[in-house]
Amino acid sequence: MQYFVQQLINGLTLGSIYGLIAIGYTMVYGIIGMINFAHGDIFMVGAFTALIVFLILGALFYSVPVVIALLVMMIVAMLLTSLYNWTIEKVAYRPLRGSFRLAPLITAIGMSIALSNFVQVTQGPRNKPIPPMVSKVYDINGISVSLKQIIIVVVTALLLALFWYLVNKTSLGRAQRACEQDRKMAALLGVDVDRTISITFVMGAALAAVAGTLFLMYYGVIAFSDGFTPGVKAFTAAVLGGIGSLPGAVLGGLMIGFIESMWSAYFSIDYKDVAAFSILAIVLIFLPSGILGRPEVEKV
Amino acid sequence: MAVTVSPERDVVATPVQRATREALYAGAIALGLFVLFIGLKTGQNISNELVLTTRWGLLAAVVIATAVGRFLYVAYGQPFMASQKITDVATGLLPDSVATRFFRLPYFIAALVIAALLLVLASSLDGLLGPGLAGYARFVRALAIIYALASVLFHFRAFIHAHFSALGIAALALYPIIVVVSLALYGGSMAAGFQGSLKWVDNFGIQILIYVMLAWGLNIVVGLAGLLDLGYVAFYAVGAYAYALLGTQYGLSFWILLPAAGAMAAFWGVLLGFPVLRLRGDYLAIVTLAFGEIIRLVLINWREVTNGSAGISGIPKVTFFGLMTFNVSDPNYIAKVLNIATSSAYYKIFLYYLILGLCLLTAFVTIRLRRMPVGRAWEALREDEIACRSLGINTTTTKLTAFATGAMFGGFAGSFFAARQGFVSPESFVFLESAIILAIVVLGGMGSLVGIAVAALVMIGGTEVLRELDFLKQVFGPDFTPELYRMLLFGMAMVIVMLWKPRGFVGSREPTAFLKERRAVSSSFTKEGHG
Repeated sequence: MQYFVQQLINGLTLGSIYGLIAIGYTMVYGIIGMINFAHGDIFMVGAFTALIVFLILGALFYSVPVVIALLVMMIVAMLLTSLYNWTIEKVAYRPLRGSFRLAPLITAIGMSIALSNFVQVTQGPRNKPIPPMVSKVYDINGISVSLKQIIIVVVTALLLALFWYLVNKTSLGRAQRACEQDRKMAALLGVDVDRTISITFVMGAALAAVAGTLFLMYYGVIAFSDGFTPGVKAFTAAVLGGIGSLPGAVLGGLMIGFIESMWSAYFSIDYKDVAAFSILAIVLIFLPSGILGRPEVEKV
Repeated sequence: MAVTVSPERDVVATPVQRATREALYAGAIALGLFVLFIGLKTGQNISNELVLTTRWGLLAAVVIATAVGRFLYVAYGQPFMASQKITDVATGLLPDSVATRFFRLPYFIAALVIAALLLVLASSLDGLLGPGLAGYARFVRALAIIYALASVLFHFRAFIHAHFSALGIAALALYPIIVVVSLALYGGSMAAGFQGSLKWVDNFGIQILIYVMLAWGLNIVVGLAGLLDLGYVAFYAVGAYAYALLGTQYGLSFWILLPAAGAMAAFWGVLLGFPVLRLRGDYLAIVTLAFGEIIRLVLINWREVTNGSAGISGIPKVTFFGLMTFNVSDPNYIAKVLNIATSSAYYKIFLYYLILGLCLLTAFVTIRLRRMPVGRAWEALREDEIACRSLGINTTTTKLTAFATGAMFGGFAGSFFAARQGFVSPESFVFLESAIILAIVVLGGMGSLVGIAVAALVMIGGTEVLRELDFLKQVFGPDFTPELYRMLLFGMAMVIVMLWKPRGFVGSREPTAFLKERRAVSSSFTKEGHG
């Protein structure tokens, strides 16, 4: 039982990170119906920005309280990563809006390749390890919970609450939901569609940047190629939860996190990704629109 | 790059004013994007801790280059392109005025003279100019030769356009011979010709043709049937491992295993396709992606059979239909049988023709299938699935045949790849490969065989050329390695080509089946990938 709860906690931590990335996928898909393949690399750029900010802080100040360091890393990462995603949307996706469906997918894959290789060329191909930032571990009835895990879950919960407020209670969120339902009609009613889409990309990138910062803090290492696997898993999570649905993305992320940690605990760690992908396939076969997704209505 | 400018201000602003403003924006954005990534570099110090070094000079150069580039584009590029469009409409001609200005007889003669001069001086270039300038001179020579060839092509463009397929096949068939003969003439001996041809036949010829074959195979799935497959590389892996395992364990010949590998990949295609093909569009894409990843992870982790990440080496070479072999130690080694000098180039040239044959087989099958009921059903399915179903086409079987046929060609290409490399490992079957193949299909214009071949030539050949640009070391210092930038440029090229030609190189499609007269379907009326 203790072992199980332990795995549950590990799964929750992983799932929070996946959920944060998955929101970026699901929002973009919901609003323009496109798989943003570069999102995993946006996450990696966020983590790398946090790493560089961490090193700058280390070089400038003798010692910085961890909370402040984390906050600064997160905020700078959010700003710069948003700028990346904003620019990418302007340059690579906007001109192709209204073009046929595969065109933006190809530019997204191109951007994904370009981003990871840009980081490889400018920062070098090696793994970048940082000294552990937070190392405290609590022991509750034989279950060890590290402070890192608590930070991840708390930050994720806070961000999700903020995000839920933004989408459901503000005019910006209303514009986003309107664009999601019917872009043409929203434009006719005076919603600035281009701006709304830009903001969606910015929001997705900001959440991915936070996920990147938390990932860096949790694992203490990042490399230019680290965007792909979390990206694919987060996308899997988004599809699993029902693409286009925000609570679905979080739920899917948590599920993928649980599946991964349970599988590596009880079966074999080698096949944890195989398990995640197989469950995705099985769920989609029996529940083609995901767990919380609305079934697609075919109109002739 | 693209910065929104409100239209009211554009009315009063001259192009230069507008360009200045946009250049400032672009510079500011570039500064924001690059300040951490180019301005600073993370590196390890002696005690293996990360330290930062600064590169402000490079950052400034990149930011200024971005701003200047944006300025030039807005101030001169955009008006120029707009004027091109206007003349275009007025005369009803294709906008070829740039091309006719670029390819002129005097330039052509000048290019020929420069190329000839530098070819004659080839051996004494180092002595005359020093090693630094000689590198530039060789680059200029290459440019002059390319320009001269392009001029010839341009001059005969109407003829080439009319006989494109026949000319293309002839050129491909003659390519190794031309390479060997011209290098032999250049080097003065046949042996030098064969030795020098290795790089051209292997790195360029075979490499590009493998991608042509893969892209043509994927084209059946994506281009004809409109099913978005992001895990095509899985079938390539199945084919490669089928040949690698059966060839090394049981010593079976390539000629038996080639169809076996194709059948096995097709079997996997059916196995995967059966449950997932009911899914629509993007769901299908993500499940195929997941399948591709599963295959790769199994190849890595099932160490008893696949030897894990270390891969399988010592894969037997292809024999010349069992009559001759390409192993020097064998009694029926080709050079011994034919009584010629030993060279490793024979095998590469043989492989070149083998992959060319496989490519042509793929193209032939695709063209024939398109005229058969199943091919027509694929195309109908791509255009409108609902209409298809209401006309009584069994969409599941139709999709399954497309998936299996595509997978089979992937399997053929995979076993060829294993035979060519002599070594396979899961490294070769990452998602990036699927993405590259899909990109070639889409960039070529889905469904168009010629367009896809051109896209493969441009994208794969272009990145291979980067390996040859050694002279850049003299510009950017000896640490500069152009190969590093290969995939960066590849990704950017994907974006740029897609923005420039969203429907690929060959954008319009001619229907295969038609009533009374053949009418070209303008690409803007068709929609793809709704499967």
